[in-house]
This record gives sequence, C-alpha cells and structure tokens, in this order.
Amino acid sequence: MERVPVLKIGDILLVSIQVDMSDQTAVQLQEDLAERIVATGCHGVIIDITALDIVDSFVGRMLSTIASISRVLDAETVVVGMRPAVAITLVELGLSLNGIRTALNVERGMELIAAAQADDYDYSAEDEPDDETTATR
Amino acid sequence: MTAGIDLGHPQAQAIQSDEDVVRVRQLVRTVAVAARLSLVDQTKLVTAASELARNTLVYGGGGVAEVTTVDNGRRRGIRIVFADDGPGIVDLDLALTDGYTTGGGLGLGLSGARRLVDEFDIVTGSGQGTRITVIKWSR
Ligand SMILES: Nc1ncnc2c1ncn2[C@@H]1O[C@H](COP(=O)(O)OP(=O)(O)OP(=O)(O)O)[C@@H](O)[C@H]1O
Ligand SMILES: [Mg+2]
Repeated sequence: MERVPVLKIGDILLVSIQVDMSDQTAVQLQEDLAERIVATGCHGVIIDITALDIVDSFVGRMLSTIASISRVLDAETVVVGMRPAVAITLVELGLSLNGIRTALNVERGMELIAAAQADDYDYSAEDEPDDETTATR
Repeated sequence: MTAGIDLGHPQAQAIQSDEDVVRVRQLVRTVAVAARLSLVDQTKLVTAASELARNTLVYGGGGVAEVTTVDNGRRRGIRIVFADDGPGIVDLDLALTDGYTTGGGLGLGLSGARRLVDEFDIVTGSGQGTRITVIKWSR
C-alpha cells in the first residue's frame, strides 16, 4: 500500500496528495495525521489537493474526518488547491464537506491558519482582562 | 436507455480490491480523455465510476467494470457497466435516496452517481446480483 507523506514546516503539518489514493491509503493518512498532530503539537494542518483530479464520497468524508479530529486535537485544518471541475462535481454529487476550511493555495492556507491562531490568542486575552481593560469598562 | 453503436471492444477491469477501484478510475479517465469529453465531464464520469466501483466491491462482493466508447450518430459517449453477483438491492427506491446507507457511508454514492451521468440504468433484485449501466455523452 502506498503511503502519503506528512511534512512538518514550522508549526504546520503539510500533506500534499500526489497519488490516486486507494481507500486504505486514505484511512492510513487519517491515522498518520492524528498521530503527527499529537507528536509534534502542531496547530495547523494543510492538505494540498492540487494534484487530485477527483474527490469522491470516500475522500470527501476522509477530509471532513481529518478536520474534525484535528479540531479535537487543537489544530486547524485547511484544504487547499481544489480544482474547479472537482468543486463542481462535489456539489452535484451532494457532498457538503462539512466543517472544512478551504483556501486557494498553500500560501493562503498558511495565512488562514495564522489568522485563526491570532483569533485564539485574542480570545484567551479577553478571558483574563488586564487592569487597564477592566478600568475602561 | 439509448444504445448507440459501440466503437471498439469493451475494456474490462475486475473489481476485487481497493487497488482495483483505483484501476477503474484510471481506465475510465484514459477512455474519457481519448473520447474528448470536457474536463468537467471527465471529472463527473470518473467520480461516478469511483462510487459505483466501490459499491460493487463493498456490497456486491466484487465484480467487473466494462468501459466502451459509443456513438449515437450525433455524439460520442462512454458507457460503463458495473456487474456483480452479490445479494442485489432489495428496495431500489430506498437505495437511490440521498443519505440512505446500509454500510457506514454517507449514502451518496448511488444517488450522486446518477446525477453525474447522462443515462443511468439498473437491473437488480434480491439474490439477483446488480448490473448498473451508465453513459456520459460528449457535449
Ligand atoms: N452493488 C450493490 N449490491 C448490493 N447493494 C448495493 C450495491 N450498491 C449499493 N447497494 C446498497 O445501496 C445503498 C446505498 O448505496 P450508496 O452508494 O448510495 O451509499 P453507501 O455506499 O452506503 O455510502 P457512500 O457511497 O456515500 O459512501 C448501500 O448502502 C447498499 O445497501
Ligand atoms: Mg457507495
């Protein structure tokens, strides 16, 4: 069985799917990613599907599952590089890609993850307001 | 279903494993490119084939896909037959409903595949296996 490599770049795990995955390969990737998120403590996952010429219900479900798993493990998943023909087909197939964030390319995906982390930071700052903020209220 | 004239012999791919489902996708893609289907139509046909090939494997217990280029006098198309000798589908209307599954799926394969092709024909019944024929015509 082929295995899709998971690369660590800074605080992000990057998966670039370059092969037509068998269902088993897709399930393996799901497990590999979960392990790597925990092992590395990364807060972002980017899945680049530029090379995929189709996404069927199985791969679509795998993407949704990875997004859910990573959220539980405190990481944000962004799927990048979906081809227009793939997007059109997915909609007609009836797949909604629940809870999946998408971006045009890897660079935009990284921006999205950085923005999500900045948001998190703001929220945690609001949880414990410092004296100044309290004083102005 | 409009029959059309076969252009050349059908190309068969056995469906007995995960890897065979990948091979069905590759075969359909090659034939669709050769028949000059548009990129979107290629994508729709390969996606539909992937769904039906997986069903043949998972529910039909394995079978075969046969891919043929056809011509109806005005347009060229691809016909794919998926056949298995499995348990068959008892309630077809139910199986064709979005979201209906007896496995762990999303229940989109059959109904979604039907939307992605131009013609869809299914012969099945309890204990009779399942034979699904789809056609996608070039625009
Ligand atoms: N070749 C077949 N033989 C027997 N039953 C089948 C066959 N194909 C489909 N079915 C039945 O029809 C149901 C619906 O199929 P469909 O492909 O729409 O959904 P699914 O395979 O369960 O989920 P998904 O394809 O979304 O992952 C299946 O759950 C199964 O019960
Ligand atoms: Mg299915």
